[in-house]
Amino acid sequence: MSVEPAIAMDQVDVVLSGHTILRALDFSIARGAFVGVIGPNGAGKTTLIRLILGLIHPSSGTIRVLGMPVGKGRRRIGYVPQSFAADPDLPLRAKDLVGLGLDGERWGFALPSRSRQQRIQEMLDRVGASAYANEPVGTLSGGERQRLLIAQALLTNPDILLLDEPLSNLDIRSGREIIELVDEIARERQVTVLFVAHDMNPLLAVMNEVLYLAQGRAVVGSVDDVVQPEVLSRLYGQPVDVLRVHGRILVIASDSVVPFTHFEGVAHGQPSSPSPHL
Amino acid sequence: MHGLQYIVAAGFFQSPEVQVALMVGSAVAVTSAVVGTFVVIRGQSFLGHALGDVGSTGAAGAALIGIQAIWGFLSGGLIAGVAVDVLSRRPRERDVATGVVLSSMLGLSALFIYLITQLSSSTGVTQEILFGSIFTVAPRLVWPLSVLSVLALMLIGFLYRPLLLSSVSVDAAQSRGVPVRLVSLLFLLAMITAVEQSALVVGALLSTALLIGPAATAIRFTRQLGYTLLLATVFALADTWVGILLAYNSFTWPPAGRGWPVSFFIVAIMVFLYLVSQIIPRSPSRRADKGGDSQ
Repeated sequence: MSVEPAIAMDQVDVVLSGHTILRALDFSIARGAFVGVIGPNGAGKTTLIRLILGLIHPSSGTIRVLGMPVGKGRRRIGYVPQSFAADPDLPLRAKDLVGLGLDGERWGFALPSRSRQQRIQEMLDRVGASAYANEPVGTLSGGERQRLLIAQALLTNPDILLLDEPLSNLDIRSGREIIELVDEIARERQVTVLFVAHDMNPLLAVMNEVLYLAQGRAVVGSVDDVVQPEVLSRLYGQPVDVLRVHGRILVIASDSVVPFTHFEGVAHGQPSSPSPHL
Repeated sequence: MHGLQYIVAAGFFQSPEVQVALMVGSAVAVTSAVVGTFVVIRGQSFLGHALGDVGSTGAAGAALIGIQAIWGFLSGGLIAGVAVDVLSRRPRERDVATGVVLSSMLGLSALFIYLITQLSSSTGVTQEILFGSIFTVAPRLVWPLSVLSVLALMLIGFLYRPLLLSSVSVDAAQSRGVPVRLVSLLFLLAMITAVEQSALVVGALLSTALLIGPAATAIRFTRQLGYTLLLATVFALADTWVGILLAYNSFTWPPAGRGWPVSFFIVAIMVFLYLVSQIIPRSPSRRADKGGDSQ
């Protein structure tokens, strides 16, 4: 039997209040792929996520998700937001937050049941969050919160996992742990992952494909095919250089030293822009 | 029995005013505590306060045309709630919209109250609107007020999970198909009901006290929403009952022997409990020691 791609875009344009945010998106993403969604601020990464979730609609073109037209609140897509609002007094424990992933959209309140508890507990164990299952979410660190959001998104056993800049509030070490966790879970559950990030370097070891967004346009393919000076220059609409240093990739505009992507491998304590002679 | 008379003045339970006050006060306390917990969680205290203040415009209008204050409070709240919602298209505009609606309604309130004082010789009506009138609630209002309370509570019960999810993360709620806007509009209705009812008990200016006080106090002692709701309800009932009792007792107190305002007692107890809750340290973390995360 033929398997429909996880996501298929056919000439999709998105216009929001008169501005074209995304144009001519035309690609498909295979089931089980780990895709890094990379691009500078304002490139349309969040819009792309909202498009796949069915929260905004294309002004032209068609999208199919798992072979079906997109719909709001699809339980087969797990979504991990950047963070959540919680002050230390919020009377919500880690396990309650995760439990909202099971049935948070249903009216009324959840009746306690053993199978419900068990499913939540299993998921907490899987993401390594059992130690703080009973802690108020507002007292948890960025990495701990991110684990809970991942658990929350996975409770409906989705086929696709969308993560919107999960690394943005994390230190390097917790970021690495989150990437490893998502990679492991994606393999064991055969989940297609779209992992939005500002910088592609932390994802190089785990992603099969990169979806590079700039100026509202996208290119999809392997890192070697996409992250090339000619491809990215066409995407950005201006000359771009790609430097590969010690297994890390740095994308810079040729006429300036201002990098499009943050390069965390640069010597400690230095500004993130590479020196021109590099 | 002999000692009790020093705590409960003679005739407390026999007084029809007290009976009505206890019934209405209890219904209002429960609704305020439950709705208020969500108001605190959602960070909407300012809107809650504004809804109480603008209720005074409605109540003053009601006094001018001679209908029951509660209907005035409710219409004032509804008009303001709708206006705030229409004016705040983006979440960030909400506080500004609330401020604009609040001031324009209070301007009207100033006019209405001026007219009331010109048309009648007593200042009692103004005092009742601003600071509450639980001992003068008409007995025939017990029934509709209780129904309103039950409706607001049922609405919260219905909204429970989507409301909680959208309070924590609008994005996550939307991604799951929660109609976030509808949920917040329905919650606004519950909020208006709770605030305007408590405006009747403790007055327009102090309605926030019953809404926010018990909830903010209970949140300090609990880490599960169910318990927070329960404890907030207990605090609100205790505030109201003890407040009514003290107000009744105060009819024998100086200076005039006419009784001190109930709202003073209710708010004083509430503030006392709140301060205590801020002083008592939070229960320590129960985190298991086998670390699961690097941090």
